This record gives sequence, C-alpha cells and structure tokens, in this order.
Amino acid sequence: MIEVIKGTLLLSGAVFMLLAAVGVLRLPDLLTRMHATTKAAALGVSLVMVAVALHFAEVAVVARAFGVIVFILMTAPVAAHVIGRAGYFVGSRLWSGTVKDELRPNYDPLTHELKSGLETEANARRRPREDDPD
Amino acid sequence: MDAVIKLSLALMGLALCLAFVRLIKGPSLPDRVVALELFSTLIVGIIGVISIHTDVASFLDVTIVMALMAFLAAIGFARFLERGGPRDD
Repeated sequence: MIEVIKGTLLLSGAVFMLLAAVGVLRLPDLLTRMHATTKAAALGVSLVMVAVALHFAEVAVVARAFGVIVFILMTAPVAAHVIGRAGYFVGSRLWSGTVKDELRPNYDPLTHELKSGLETEANARRRPREDDPD
Repeated sequence: MDAVIKLSLALMGLALCLAFVRLIKGPSLPDRVVALELFSTLIVGIIGVISIHTDVASFLDVTIVMALMAFLAAIGFARFLERGGPRDD
C-alpha cells in the first residue's frame, strides 16, 4: 500500500516538474515563464519530499523533508517577486497579447518613480512626528 | 518501485534538458535566471529521488543547502539587475 502511495507521489511530482520545464520553454514572456516555474516546480518538489518522508518514516528524516518543503514554499514566491520586479525595471518586453499592465501608466522608467495620480501639495509634504529617529 | 524511480528520474532529466534549452536561448538575462532557478528546484527533486533509490537519508542535507543557495543566487541576480551592472545578454 505504502509503495503505491510513494510511487504515485514520485510520478506526479516528476510530471509537475516536467510541466514546469515545458512551460518555461514554451510560454512567451518572462512573467508567464515565472508563473510556470514557481508554482509547478514547488508543487513537484513538495510531492517528492512527501514521498521521501513516507519512504524513510523516521523522525529526523521527516523533519528534514518537511523543512525542505516549508523552505521552498517560503522562498519561491519571494525569489519570483524579486526577479519579476527586476525584469520589469530592466525593461523585458511583455507578450504582445498582454491585456493589462497596471504599472505602465503610473511608473516612470526614467526617474524610477511610482505615482498614484492622487498626490496633492498637502499630502506630499513631510510631517515629522515626535518619535521619528532624526 | 524500481521502474517508478527510473521513470521519474527520466522525466526530471528531460525537464532539465528543456530548462537548459531555455537557458541557452533565453532572450534576456532575467529569463536565464528563471531557468537557473528551475534547474536548482529540479536538482532538489532529483536528489530526493536518489535518496529513496539508495536508501541514504543524508542526501536530504544536500537538498537543503541546494535550495538555500538557489534562493540566495536569485536574490543576488535580482539586485545585480536592478543596480544596473554591466550586462551582455
């Protein structure tokens, strides 16, 4: 029984990783490629690690396997966010079929400034508080 | 079980090849960074499968180090890109 569960987890993890690689090869621009790799690959690794925990079934190994899962689930979104942000600022082109780019009307790539369109003189002025460090 | 392990290793190897194609082709540096990150995730999976195959649990320590290094490399690359270092895509 446990062999069957292990085999299913291993195979589905491998298939998810293969899907992530197909996505990174076939999708048209940087953000869609990241959408393929971060989610599918993290799920694939998590399934493989659950299979490892089932295989050994010792406290130390299970703890380490779940540590890997938690670490990957915590770092994959952070890394994807950082790379996507850097890619947008560097000016990687979006796919020609992109429907909406909400950053484009508000972001000035020359001055690297972001505006909401709601600024006034009053709320742009600095109002120091008493517990400010300087 | 042996066949399942061989099949999943083959699938992950194929995935590594596909990611490598993107690493070679990738039109810009961020695309290559994404492919490299996928590499490290695939290697973590492969090491997990191999630790089942060989029955050596110590390989899991290697996966932890691998995931940590991939995260730090992604952060470093992103900082490099945003600071605008010299690039030759």
